[in-house]
Formats: sequence, structure tokens, C-alpha cells
Amino acid sequence: MRGPTEDHPLARWALVGVTIVFVVLFLLLPLVTVFSAALEKGVGAAWEALGDPDAISSIKLTVITALIAVPLNTVFGVAAAWAVSKYDFRGKSLLTSFIDLPFSVSPVISGLIYVLIFGLQGWLGPWLREHDIKIIFALPGIVLATMFVTFPFVARELIPLMTDQGRDEEEAAMSLGASGWKTFFRVTLPSIKWGLLYGVLLCNARAMGEFGAVSVVSGHIRGQTNTMPLHVEVLYNDYQFVAAFAVASVLALLALVTLTLKSFLEWRYADEIAAVHRH
Amino acid sequence: MSLVIDSVTKRFRGGAAALQGVSLTAPQGAFVALLGPSGSGKTTLLRILGGLDFADTGSVRFADVNWLGVPARERRAGFVFQHYALFRHMTVAKNIAFGLEVRPRRSRPSRADIALRVKELLALVQLDGLGDRYPSQLSGGQRQRVALARALAIEPRMLLLDEPFGALDAKVRKELRIWLRELHNRMGITTVFVTHDQEEAFAVADLVAVMNQGRIEQYGQPETVKRAPGTAFVQEFLGAAV
Repeated sequence: MRGPTEDHPLARWALVGVTIVFVVLFLLLPLVTVFSAALEKGVGAAWEALGDPDAISSIKLTVITALIAVPLNTVFGVAAAWAVSKYDFRGKSLLTSFIDLPFSVSPVISGLIYVLIFGLQGWLGPWLREHDIKIIFALPGIVLATMFVTFPFVARELIPLMTDQGRDEEEAAMSLGASGWKTFFRVTLPSIKWGLLYGVLLCNARAMGEFGAVSVVSGHIRGQTNTMPLHVEVLYNDYQFVAAFAVASVLALLALVTLTLKSFLEWRYADEIAAVHRH
Repeated sequence: MSLVIDSVTKRFRGGAAALQGVSLTAPQGAFVALLGPSGSGKTTLLRILGGLDFADTGSVRFADVNWLGVPARERRAGFVFQHYALFRHMTVAKNIAFGLEVRPRRSRPSRADIALRVKELLALVQLDGLGDRYPSQLSGGQRQRVALARALAIEPRMLLLDEPFGALDAKVRKELRIWLRELHNRMGITTVFVTHDQEEAFAVADLVAVMNQGRIEQYGQPETVKRAPGTAFVQEFLGAAV
């Protein structure tokens, strides 16, 4: 017997079936292919490819970039979400649209913006050159482009959550004598921490995986300004398939670890999450 | 030690007037109800008393200090919100202890003292043994009593209640308001209570201010207001809601 609000079993199975087929075909299979291509000539070959100095340098660069870009975007994201959701001010909806800008702009353009500003022929190019500051084709440019592309993740995750929660709890904390900092760390942060975590994980995944914007500003100097995604492309174009897929596997693995971590935390703290979300 | 509100005005951001010169005097320890339809400015007035909103002009004196000059977090005004505003991620006990735990180290009671105080307050609001629950595990009436205990924990100089029973069913409302009045009789804290329910206002308050469109239409003892409505609006408002 099915309940009055349940769909026909056929409809249910069809929906579930379509979803599963889609996930397997378009998400799971490519992932498996990446790993199998990497291990085509055995674990040894893949391991050797990862030990290549250029590969190690690309992994290092990717991690350093994420280590700078993600914390900064976390702080900016929280600040932006706080401003948008807890205060009323003129131009608020405009600001919200601007936060979304990196999502709607092609990553290539995101990279070009920085070339136009900081590049040799750019606005600040001559000045930077005089003072011997390298931004384009160097780490600062890569970090800037990554930050631009990943800026919305944390803010986007938090804005609906914080808007929904309203200002009541902060006002209560204030009337109970809590300072701004204490209110933030004891009331606001704990109530958004799961959304924040999710935003940070997404932001990190994208920061490590970003190709387009970084490709424009990096200059593709092997062993110096190639991040992992760029290094994968270089190897692939050189017909070094095992090496290319080995590095790609590490990237995919990072994504899987991120997902597993998130699922684990959700499972581990299920009660607490439910308590925060129920009204 | 009385509460003197003098010609307080407030405009909303859009320019609409929320309060157009509100004046009111209440003796120390009084229980004042602000009664009126939604949009009459009663909640705005309460929020100004609690320091959650600024007044544009006018003054408030309480216990002989310029009350509006005291920052919200230093007023020790226990504010109880319509939707409780409990900290969802904290247990009931942690909620109640919050106001004590966030004090600067010098004036913060010891951990044992805080625990003792929480226990007393839980008993006071008849929630003994529920300290380890989360707000989401409580009924509406219980949550509002937690909110009240949390406000009382800071030994408030003034208690401000914004439609505290608005989200509860009629039976619980009635029980809680009787209980609240008894609590007030025992503690004697100057209390301002916002409601749109005249029966509630007349049942709990010593003084009732009927508000309409940012003004006080009539202010006096419940019997007086009931017996002799001062304006056409008061007459209509009291008549319509019976």
C-alpha cells in the first residue's frame, strides 16, 4: 500500500534509476578511468611519476596556493555573509550580486583581469617592474586568480543560513552582556560551523582544482608556476599519460578525501546538526 | 528609581515614523504592559529600552541614569524575545549560564557558583533536571521559561518581554502569565511587557499603555482604561477584541 502523498512505485524507481545511471556514467566512471589509467603500467610507474621534481613542485605550489587562498576567503566569506545577512544597508542586493560575479564570469576572464592590472603591459605593470615585484607568472598572481574564482563558495554557503537564523540570537547575546567578539565566537560561529565547514571544503576543492584562471596568470613555467591541474595538462600534451593520470589521481584523491571527511563529520555530529537546524 | 520615558521618537530607515513622541512614567518595580495592534510601535519602544534600537530624539531615565547613554551590553536589561532566541547549539544549562560566563574575568563568578545559580534558576522556572537538554527538545512553553531564566541570570535591573507568550497556545499562555506575575511579585523587577492581547495585558500589568501609530493613546491602571477608554481608538480597540 502506498500513502496518499507517495508517488507510484514505478515513478520512484524510474527517478532513482535515472539518478544512479547518471552518477555512474558521468561521475563514477571517469573517476575510475583516471585511477586505472594512472596504474596502467603498475603502481611503480605511477609512483615514479609522482616523484618527478616538476610533479612535486606542482603539488607544493597547489598546496601553498590553497593554504593562502582558502583561509583568506574563509575570513572574507564570513565577513561578507555577516554584512549581507545581519545588517540592512543601501546597495545590499548589488553587493550580493557582486559576490556571485566569479560564478558567472568565465575563469579565463578572471585570470585576464589580473594580467590587465598587474601584467607588464597592464596598469600597474611598469611600476611593479621598477620595484621588482612579480605578480603575474608568479605565486601572487596564482593566489589572486584562485581567490577570485573561489570567493563565492563560503559566502554563498553562509548567506542563506545566516539570513534564516536572523539576528535574534546575537541580540540576545548582546543584551546578556556579551562583547562583539564573544558573541561571534560563542553564538554566531557555533551556529554556522557546519555550513562554514562545507563552504570551506568546497572552496578548497575548487582552489586546488582551478585550471582556467590560473592557466592565464601562471605562465606555465615547469617546476615553478605550474599547479597540479596545469601540470596534468602539460604531461598529457607530452603524451606522458601515466604521469598525467598519476598527478590527476592525486587531485581526485584530494577531492575524495574532502568528501569523505565531510560525510564522516556529518555522521559523527548528526545529533548536534539536527539540534541546530530544528527550530 | 523610576522609569521615565520622555518624548521618544524613532523613524524607520524607509522614513516611516515608528514612534512619534512617546512619554511614560512608571514607578520602580512596576509591571507595565504596552498594548496595541501590530505596527503601533510597542516593540520598537521595548527595543529602545533594551538598547537593541536607537531612539532618534527624546530621553529615557531609569534609576536616575541617562538610560539611552548606557550601551546595551552594560544595561543589564533582561530581554525575552517572542521567538525565544535561545542559543540552539547550547544546552539549557549553558543557555542560562551564558550571561554569567561572558563576563570579564574579574567579575565572572566561579564555575561552581555559576552551576549553583543555574540550578536555582532551573528550579525557579520549574524546569529542574532539564539542564542537559537542547532547546529543540523542549516544548514552546518550556523554551520561553528557559529564555526567562537566561534573562534573570544576569540579575537584570529591568525585564523586557516582547510578546513572550505570542507563539504559545491559549492554555499555556494563561498558566505562564499567572506564573510570570507571581514571579514579578516575588522579585520586584521593573517589567515592561509587550502584547497585542488586551486580556493578557489587563491580567498581568499594574499599568497599561495603549499604543497606536507610534503614540500612546491612553496610559493608566487596567481598571481605569477598561472603565473609561480615553480615546475613540482605545474604545474601538478594546471593544473589537472582546
